[in-house]
Amino acid sequence: MGGGREGNHEMGTAVVEPGIESRIHYLNASYGIKSWLLTTDHKRIAVLYLASITFFFFIGGAAAVLMRLNLISPQGALLEPATYNKLFSMHGIIMVFFFMIPSIPAVLGNFLVPLMIGARDLAFPRLNLLSWYVFMVGGLFTLYAVIAGGVDTGWTFYTPLSTTYANTQVISAALGVFIAGFSSILTGLNFVVTIHKMRAPGLTWFRLPLFLWAIYATSIIQILGTPVLAITLTLVALERVFHVGVFDPAVGGDPILFQHLFWFYSHPAVYIMILPSMGVISELVTAFSKKRIFGYSFIAFSSVAIAAISFLVWGHHMFVAGQSIYAGIVFSVLSFLVAIPSAVKVFNWTATLYKGSVSYQAPMLYALGFIGLFTMGGLTGLFLATLAVDAHVHGTYFVVGHFHYIMVGGAVMGYLGGIHYWWPKISGRMYPDGWARLSAAIIFIGFNLTFFPQYMLGYLGMPRRYAVYAPEFQVLNVMSSAGASILGVGYLIPLVYMVWSMRYGPVAGPNPWGAKGLEWQTPSPPPTENFEETPKVTEEAYAYGTEETQVA
Amino acid sequence: MHSSTALAEQFDDLEQQHESSSFGMWVFLATEVMFFGGLFTAYIIYRNFYLSAFEAGSRLLDVKVGAANTAVLLCSSLTMALGVRAAQLGKKKLLVTFLVLTLLLGLAFIGIKLGLEWRHDYLEGFAPGVNWTFHGPDWRHLELFFCFYFFLTGVHALHMVIGVGILTTLIIMAGRGRFSPQRYNPVEVSGLYWHFVDIVWIFLYPLLYLIGGRY
Amino acid sequence: MVGHVVHQRLYIIVFAALIGLTALTTGVAFIDLGKWNTLAALAIAVCKASLVVLFFMHLRWSSGLMRMALLAAFVWFAILVALTLSDEFTRQWTPVPSSWEAKVQQQARVARACAHSGRSPQYLTRRTLSSPKSAVARGSS
Repeated sequence: MGGGREGNHEMGTAVVEPGIESRIHYLNASYGIKSWLLTTDHKRIAVLYLASITFFFFIGGAAAVLMRLNLISPQGALLEPATYNKLFSMHGIIMVFFFMIPSIPAVLGNFLVPLMIGARDLAFPRLNLLSWYVFMVGGLFTLYAVIAGGVDTGWTFYTPLSTTYANTQVISAALGVFIAGFSSILTGLNFVVTIHKMRAPGLTWFRLPLFLWAIYATSIIQILGTPVLAITLTLVALERVFHVGVFDPAVGGDPILFQHLFWFYSHPAVYIMILPSMGVISELVTAFSKKRIFGYSFIAFSSVAIAAISFLVWGHHMFVAGQSIYAGIVFSVLSFLVAIPSAVKVFNWTATLYKGSVSYQAPMLYALGFIGLFTMGGLTGLFLATLAVDAHVHGTYFVVGHFHYIMVGGAVMGYLGGIHYWWPKISGRMYPDGWARLSAAIIFIGFNLTFFPQYMLGYLGMPRRYAVYAPEFQVLNVMSSAGASILGVGYLIPLVYMVWSMRYGPVAGPNPWGAKGLEWQTPSPPPTENFEETPKVTEEAYAYGTEETQVA
Repeated sequence: MHSSTALAEQFDDLEQQHESSSFGMWVFLATEVMFFGGLFTAYIIYRNFYLSAFEAGSRLLDVKVGAANTAVLLCSSLTMALGVRAAQLGKKKLLVTFLVLTLLLGLAFIGIKLGLEWRHDYLEGFAPGVNWTFHGPDWRHLELFFCFYFFLTGVHALHMVIGVGILTTLIIMAGRGRFSPQRYNPVEVSGLYWHFVDIVWIFLYPLLYLIGGRY
Repeated sequence: MVGHVVHQRLYIIVFAALIGLTALTTGVAFIDLGKWNTLAALAIAVCKASLVVLFFMHLRWSSGLMRMALLAAFVWFAILVALTLSDEFTRQWTPVPSSWEAKVQQQARVARACAHSGRSPQYLTRRTLSSPKSAVARGSS
């Protein structure tokens, strides 16, 4: 492919290209389904992931719709408890493993890592394609589990329910998750090697965009944590198949050992879900305040600190499971510690906004929403980290509210903000910003109406994972379900206008936001090899205000 | 100097490619440490809770066969290291010889483990979930020991089988002259993988066979 | 470009050391050292693993980055073991509260009486087996 480097020469940053069809870029460089299914271009693989996870998002969302419909009535309006159990399990498994964990790393990370470091591709492009196939195989096993009757153990697969007593599709679901885990590991491996070894000349670690620091920290977690989940699910499957008791108390096994091994991965996993989103927010806040980030090294180090400390706190999921009090105290203290780097980031983003030239396009609305909602979710995490409080609210809707504030109000909003921000780069088109802002507002309102009542429900004592509830909780549940319907509409609208924009949206130039970063120095969409010449980096990240920025 | 077939497109030069390839394998081995680590953690805990049963189980394993198998695997690590060296020096015939020896030794290990030891335990009625016949005192904890024995050696053997597959591929590629002093990293990183599987066994051997108080 | 080429003799020496250490660890297992047996076995295993890592896997001549990767893995494994053990080994440290202890003993008495008389626990606890002490613990007068 040496010839491709002599591509087009019209690389001005201030010129809007008349029509992108006349230029060769990664989307039209080759046609046909084989060119997509056998691609090694990181950008195409990112688009493949985008389509796949969007599909899984709506399946997980469908499960949520049914659950919230059921919870309109205290006796359960729609479903038998056994069915409800399967729905919350599938909602959790699909949303966690097939939407949230891959979302930003596999879509935005795959697309942007080589662009942001000035490379032609990732270190291992074929491994990247393999990651996607592995992900899809895992997804197929999980879909099979859904169709064949579902699994009802919760996404947490606690023993001995999952190993001995459940008569649902535990093995297929566990296998699906196991396989998808390898996709996560391989993606993380690819990113770590790429960021270490393939940075452009002049791009030192402390000139990297903070999105890459976040991706790097996330990849560390993926590499070190996911294998433990893999072996744990293998043990569950083996115990189920051979009826041997590694976690079975009847033969001297310890069910809490399963929880240790499970949460050793699954707690850091929640940081896999939130860290990349934080990286996106760092990018959005600077781009839409036209200002350098406040405290670059603090944010960079806090990403790494979160990755490291996240591995020390998993026991806070097991305070009332039978874990020893002494271990509980240790985990509680460490859980307080892990909140500090996150708080540092929130302070730094806010300080970046101060006296910035703030504009309120859709990506910025998502970023601002993130900052508020993540803060609320994070603070409620401190409630849960407190042993004495957790004894009361563990297993209630307080926990459900907490993690949805972080995951949906935080991570998903960051993901949507990032998709909107980089959409011109990915597709070469602009989406309609009016509709985008409207959806952001609808999502924000719908989200809060859905999940704020859940804090109250949990505090008042409503348990989670129950298909029925005491009548005094009905008003709050109905509010939550009403909010969910609004939230659903909010998620559907972007699907419509994004697809619309791919064909009818205005053509975007290389840098429609006037932002800093190597990814904006190449045409939208980029050519297959990303850059005509390897860029040389001479300035710090987010060097706003040091020269006139050109807006396309 | 480099030929265009040796350098992959995403890399700037052979050195970057070589270093990325090796670093990538080391990162992968880090994931493997954690993968086996979960099993080892569980084993450590249960061994501490049920020491006498685990010691009894350990004594039921044949230490001579275990020691012999350890020697087999260490030999295979030597031949693998010598094979990588041959690749570095561009000695094709020597490389193929050492790769074949490594492959044979690996197959010998798998054969001894599965064909000799596992078969023996199965026939004696010490195979949990498949053929367990012992119901003497503390038999449940003994069964737990054998669960770990089969899981640990089974996952290890699976890695050996994958290694055998990798070696076969390498032998074919080496036979076709695909390696040179400029491009031998597939051999080197496969060597890293093979040595890692050996290291896992270096820990498994004492943990399973030796700390049973054989005196 | 060629990485560091190791002399053939060094490999043979390392191999011989590995075989020697295997023989040593096997031999030591047959000697009664009490609790030092485990430590000896693990120490020798660590030596063997180090030889393989440093010489066969060329870590002795590799960059710091590769060493960091391996070190990180072992540190993280240590975290997994240490924190899990911190729970598993300290569960028995907390004494059972005295009011729980009384309830446990009462339930044991009831179970024995049921086995003896064939009556149900509910029947028996209502009757003679309720001691004044347990009545106070239950909150009844």
